[in-house]
Amino acid sequence: MAQAADSTPIVELRNVSKRFGSVVALRGISFAARAGEVHCLLGDNGAGKSTLIKTLSGVHTPTEGEMLVQGRPVRFSSPRDALDHGIATVFQDLSMIPLMSITRNFFLGREPVKGAFPFRRFDMQAADAIVAEELANIGITLRDPQQAVGTLSGGERQCVAIARAVYHGAKVLILDEPTSALGVHQAGIVLRYVAQARARGLAVIFITHNIHHAYPVGDTFTLLNRGTSLGTFAKSEITETQVLEMMAGGRELQQMRAELGAEATG
Amino acid sequence: MSLTTDDKPAETGAGAASAARNGHSPRLMVRLLRRPELGAVTGTVLVFAFFAITAGNSGIFSLMGVANFLQVSAQLGILAAPVALLMIGGEFDLSVGSMVGFASVTIGLGVTEFGLPIWLALGIAFAFAIIIGTINGILVVRTGLPSFIVTLAGMFILRGLTLAITRTITGRTQIPYITEGHENSFIVQLFGGKFGTSLFQYLGDIGWIAVRPDGRALVNGLSMSIAWWIVVTAICAWILARTRFGNWIFAAGGDADAARNMGVPVARVKILLFVGTMLGATIFAAAQVLEAGSADTLRGFLKEFQAIIAAVIGGSLLTGGYGSAIGAAFGALIFGTVEMGIFYTGIDSDWFQVFLGGMLLIAVLVNNLVRRKATEAR
Repeated sequence: MAQAADSTPIVELRNVSKRFGSVVALRGISFAARAGEVHCLLGDNGAGKSTLIKTLSGVHTPTEGEMLVQGRPVRFSSPRDALDHGIATVFQDLSMIPLMSITRNFFLGREPVKGAFPFRRFDMQAADAIVAEELANIGITLRDPQQAVGTLSGGERQCVAIARAVYHGAKVLILDEPTSALGVHQAGIVLRYVAQARARGLAVIFITHNIHHAYPVGDTFTLLNRGTSLGTFAKSEITETQVLEMMAGGRELQQMRAELGAEATG
Repeated sequence: MSLTTDDKPAETGAGAASAARNGHSPRLMVRLLRRPELGAVTGTVLVFAFFAITAGNSGIFSLMGVANFLQVSAQLGILAAPVALLMIGGEFDLSVGSMVGFASVTIGLGVTEFGLPIWLALGIAFAFAIIIGTINGILVVRTGLPSFIVTLAGMFILRGLTLAITRTITGRTQIPYITEGHENSFIVQLFGGKFGTSLFQYLGDIGWIAVRPDGRALVNGLSMSIAWWIVVTAICAWILARTRFGNWIFAAGGDADAARNMGVPVARVKILLFVGTMLGATIFAAAQVLEAGSADTLRGFLKEFQAIIAAVIGGSLLTGGYGSAIGAAFGALIFGTVEMGIFYTGIDSDWFQVFLGGMLLIAVLVNNLVRRKATEAR
C-alpha cells in the first residue's frame, strides 16, 4: 500500500460505504487525492467508479464513513457545494451544451458581470478574451470563442471542459472517462493536458477502464471491484500488466489484452 | 402564396450549405448564418415582397395599412417574446391565451364591480400573473411532468374560471364601460393610448402624410401596444443575449442536467420564465382592455398557439436551448402582416390558417437545418 506523500490529502474518503436501498454500491472505500498527483481510479463496469466520483463530487452523500477536504470533515449537499470546496468534476457528458458558444459554456454558472443592477450584464468581451487566452495556453486556437461548442472535436471539448474547471479554481479535478470516447490522437491531447494540470499543482482523479491511457500519466492507482477497493498502489509498486491482471482476473485477461492491445497501438 | 414560401427553405438551405463548404467564407456571412433570426427576417422580406406585388395598390402599405398590421403584430409580439424565452428555457406555456382572458376580466370586474381605480385593478391583474406563473412553474419543476400537459390543464382551468366568475358576478361574458370617464388618465393612455401623435400631426402639417378635412392627421398616432411590443422585445432580447440570466435560460433548455452540474439554478430560471409569459399576457390584456374600454372572457383565445408559432418562426427550437426574442418579434410581424395582407388582397381569409400551418412547417424544417449547421464540426 502506497502513501506517496506525507502531506495532507486535498480530499480523502475514509471507510466510505454507499447503499441504494438494499444495493451496496460502495463498501468501505478509503481513498485520497494529493496535490500534484494523478490518481487513477480503475475498475470494470459496475465496479463502483461512478458512485465513487458522484460521492466525491457532491451528487451522492455517503451512507457511512467520512469525507475530508484538506483534513476537515465535510458533507456536500450539492455539486455546487463540492465546487465551492474546489472539487470540480468533468463528467462524461462534460456538462457542456453543444448549441451554446464556447464562451457561454466556459462561464456557465460563473458569468463575469459588469454594470450595476438593473443594468448588470454578462461581460462578454472580457469573457471572450479570457477564453481565447486560456485555450491558447493549452494549444487550442479558436477562430471565434462565440462558435458553438458543438463545432469542436471531442478532444477539444474535453480540454475546454477541463480548462474551465481549472480556470474556475479547481484544486481537485475529477475526470470521468475523459478518453473513452476519443481516438488515439485526441486521447493524447487530453492526456498531455492532464499532465499539465498536475504540473500546476492540481490533484487529478482520473477514472478510466483503459489502463493504457491511465498508466503513462498516473502516479497512483486505486483498483475497484464490485464496490470494494483492491488497494492503492504507487506506480513504482505495480506494473501495467499487474494492474490489468487485478482488474480483469486471469481468465479474461488474454481476451482483454488482445482487445486493448489492438486499441492502444499507434 | 405557396410559391413564395416554398422558396424560403431552399434559399436559406443553399446559403448555409455553401458557406459551410468554402471554409474561408466572409466572417460576416458566417455570423449572419449563425443568427437564429435569419429565417424569420428572410420570411418577413418575402412576405412583404409578396404583398407589395399582389396587393401593392390596395393600401396595405399606406400609413393606415402599416399602422393596422403593426398593431395586429404588436399584440401577438408582446406574447411571443416571453414565450420564446420560455421555449428556449425548454418549456411550453399553453395557458398564455387563457391568462389574457383572465387578466382582462380581472381588470374589468375590478373596475366595474368592485369600484377599484384602474391602476389598482391592473396591479391586481399583474399580481395574479405572478402568482399563476409561479404555480405553473413550481408544478412543472417539482413534478417533472411535461409543461405541455401542466399548462394545458392551466389553459382550461383559467378559461373556465374566467367564464364562471364573470357570469356569476355579472350574468354576462362581456364587461363594457371599463374606462368610462377616465379615457385621458395616464394609466389608460399608457396601455391603451397612442404615441407619436405630435410627430404625425407635424408630418400632416407639412404635407407629408394625409390629413382630414379639419386639418388633423388621418393617422394620428400608433397604438401603444406597438410601443409595448418594442419594449417587451427589447427587454427580452437584452436579457437573453446580454445577462447571466440569459445564459442560464439557454443552459436550462439546452441541457438541464449539465446546467445544474455547473451550478445554474434551473428550477428558479424556469419558474421565472413562466412568470414572464403570464406578465406578457397581462400586458397584452391591459393594452386590449384599456384601448377598447371593454373586456371579454374570450380574449386571447388560441393566442398561446399563435405565440408559439411566432416564436418557432423566429427560430426558437421546440426542444429548447436555442432561439431569439428578436426572431419572435419578426415571427409576430409575419403573422400580423399576413393576417392583414390577406384581408387587403381580398383572398378568402380562410386561407390564412393554411398559410399559417405551412409557415410553421417550413420554419421547423429551417430551424432543424440551422441547428445542424450551427453545431457541425468545422
